[in-house]
Amino acid sequence: MKSKSKKDQGKDRSHIEIRRDWCKGCGICVAFCPKKVLALDENEKAIIERPDECDQCGLCELRCPDIAIEITTL
Amino acid sequence: MAVRDYIRERFMPHIWCAGCGHGIVMNNLIRAIEVLGLKKNDIVMVSGIGCSARISGYLDFHTLHTLHGRALAFATGVKLGRPDLHIIVPMGDGDATAIGGNHFIHAARRNIDITAVIMNNHIYGMTGGQYSPLSVYGRMATTAPFGNIDQAFDIVGLAQSAGASFVARTTSYHATSMIKIFQKAITHKGFSVVEVLSQCPTYYGRKNRLGDAVEMMEFFKKNTTPLGSAAKEKNPDLIERGIFVQEDRPEYCAEYKKIIKKAMGEQ
Ligand code: SF4
Ligand code: SF4
Ligand code: SF4
Repeated sequence: MKSKSKKDQGKDRSHIEIRRDWCKGCGICVAFCPKKVLALDENEKAIIERPDECDQCGLCELRCPDIAIEITTL
Repeated sequence: MAVRDYIRERFMPHIWCAGCGHGIVMNNLIRAIEVLGLKKNDIVMVSGIGCSARISGYLDFHTLHTLHGRALAFATGVKLGRPDLHIIVPMGDGDATAIGGNHFIHAARRNIDITAVIMNNHIYGMTGGQYSPLSVYGRMATTAPFGNIDQAFDIVGLAQSAGASFVARTTSYHATSMIKIFQKAITHKGFSVVEVLSQCPTYYGRKNRLGDAVEMMEFFKKNTTPLGSAAKEKNPDLIERGIFVQEDRPEYCAEYKKIIKKAMGEQ
């Protein structure tokens, strides 16, 4: 399956890091993630809830007003 | 260079409210600069006063945080002294269209090689939500409790008729195209104006019941359309985004250099 192999590839090659001390819990990354990877925890900080679904589109990183998200391609 | 290398991390987290569009503009401005591969020492960021103007404090370039409305005047001085540097001026409603309105039209008229990034959030955020020359007719503000009766400036039209040789509009929702527009604006030789529709959830959003930052960005997504799209013909209320003007015209520093040469020759 094409999509699955792409997903597996993504799993190996990307890493999402969220700086909790910079995140203000605006929810922008959560709302606009096309794959619904992210969520807000009980402290209103963004967390990576479904890392396997991430397709590395990078939109969360670009739209975070607090530059709290960093996606590194390993 | 990693994006965070452009930030003065000691000042983070920044002062802007949760979800403020200005943070997204700063984020994508850095990314455009990173793609262009510009060195930190080749950039001068000059700002005035307002929430938007805070950008200059957070970025690790040569930075000047100047007087309200006068950022373009300072920037003009810097550019004439060091035409080799890239000058970027982040501005808000006031710096660009109220107290700084005259500097804005004249910088555009001279076509000096400066990139003006205007974060249009339709309100004065820092001072408590007063209406600005960019507030939409009928909207609420602390100083317009019954609705604003002023008409808003159209920044794109204003910049264009004042003579800017690069004029574009984007929104905080459209991150990838914002980065591309910033790249073009920074490399353009002449006065470049990029209007970014940006959300102030704290004042404009709250006063007008527009929802939180996410809902305000949804609005930008639904109510804007690429320049020249068929959608605009069907719905004239849509706000167009894209590059409106991109022309080669005599640039002020280059013209000034010619004058210096002439004067020297005639000595
Ligand atoms: S967009 Fe940034 S600040 Fe907002 S919730 Fe996500 S990580 Fe936090
Ligand atoms: S990179 Fe794209 S898919 Fe992955 S978490 Fe961010 S927005 Fe979602
Ligand atoms: S007051 Fe408005 S413009 Fe200023 S930081 Fe808060 S949300 Fe942003």
